[in-house]
Amino acid sequence: MKTPSDLQYTSHDEWVRREGAKATIGITDYAQDALGELVHVELPAVGKRVNRGDVVCEVESVKAVAEVYAPISGVICAVNSALSNDAAALNRDPYGSWIYQLDSVDDAGAELLSADAYSARH
Amino acid sequence: MQRTPFHAAHVAAGARMVPFAGFDMPVVYTGITGEHNQVRNSVGLFDVSHMGEIRVRGPRAAETLSWLLSNAVRRLEVGRAQYNALCNATGGVVDDVYAYRVAEDDFLVCVNASNRAKDFAWFKENDRFDSSIVDEGDAWAQVAIQGPRAVDVVASLMSTDIRSIERPQFVHGTFAGRNGCFIARTGYTGEDGFEIFLPVAGCESVWEQILEAGKPFGILPIGLGARDTLRLEAGNCLYGHELSDDTNPLAAGLGWIVKLGKPGGFLGADAIAARKDPRRLVGLEIEGGRIAREQMAVHADGQAIGLVTSGTLGPFVGKAIALAYVDLAHAELGSRVEVDIRGRATPAVVVPSTFYRRR
Repeated sequence: MKTPSDLQYTSHDEWVRREGAKATIGITDYAQDALGELVHVELPAVGKRVNRGDVVCEVESVKAVAEVYAPISGVICAVNSALSNDAAALNRDPYGSWIYQLDSVDDAGAELLSADAYSARH
Repeated sequence: MQRTPFHAAHVAAGARMVPFAGFDMPVVYTGITGEHNQVRNSVGLFDVSHMGEIRVRGPRAAETLSWLLSNAVRRLEVGRAQYNALCNATGGVVDDVYAYRVAEDDFLVCVNASNRAKDFAWFKENDRFDSSIVDEGDAWAQVAIQGPRAVDVVASLMSTDIRSIERPQFVHGTFAGRNGCFIARTGYTGEDGFEIFLPVAGCESVWEQILEAGKPFGILPIGLGARDTLRLEAGNCLYGHELSDDTNPLAAGLGWIVKLGKPGGFLGADAIAARKDPRRLVGLEIEGGRIAREQMAVHADGQAIGLVTSGTLGPFVGKAIALAYVDLAHAELGSRVEVDIRGRATPAVVVPSTFYRRR
């Protein structure tokens, strides 16, 4: 399983890329492998404020569904609408296929893991 | 955990293995969608050795099975197979099975792996005609070769004519050099195809022989995951989902195999005739891409009117489909209902449960 060292991770198998006040979120290689072939992504609405721990959206495979949580608080400023027609991109390239982006993020209380710490969990 | 004779081949091929009915079985080799469409478009090979086989023999074997099974077993001709429900005294379904008439006095009954012990005990306990009833589940390996090119693959592994038999006929003979096989034109996928019972001793190499023979047709091994999505697209019931010890087979749409008036009757017939079940199994097409899953509630006019028993994104039909039991008032084709998918009412429409029909 790939676990790029320039990203941070959550215990729910999301990855997080921080850039200034923004954060980009996707699901990890481990998550996509465990779910199997993804067939549907229910994207969130842009502009919505989410709190750390909220369910933001869901990804669905032939056999299972998983919720994607907000690892940190912020305002959804973009979603990867290409996934609407190609959920399988999350399988092919889990770290290139982001799901949503937060702006005005608030790190308070966030429990993000390093690549090493995340790898150690699996 | 039991292993089928082809277990090592699955592991070597990199299949994802899962426990199923006491066996360590391949659920997916490369991907459910690809495997599913492989069977729709060409041909796939399934290991179904976990399935159970019960042998019923004796001068009154047909009467034994006619009492225990719902279909017209006594009219079944030698060399033909017949779908049946095994019912209990309250009109529920103990199992759904296939009966193969090997000879006038000899039947092979293929049963669901998860029900093998239950069915065998049921047969022994309820036989009225003193037939020989033997659990042959450990004696048989079983493969399914399914898809429009299946007949080409099977024909290339046999020296006798197999193309001329029609569904649901079968022959007793030599397959891939193995003697004593049953080669049946039956299946669970909605495609043309064959199910082949092989005496288990020394049959390990048959898996590779079939893959080799199927190479010109692009054959691939198919896991239980695609077996499930294929049967669901074809609208076939799966025991434990659409059928249970409490299910009325008529409510499950199995009226065509339930012969209430047959001579001698059958165990459960009176109860089935007397039952008034408020719901019926229907097909649902779900709007949008979200998938209705087993146990999700179906609503109409703000009332709970049903329950989903199986659901998936049909890989070939390209739609979110489901089977569900719904109140009779909402079971008509075209009825508009809503499935509660994790708290959100998702529109759905009642459609024929055969979401896919072979052309």
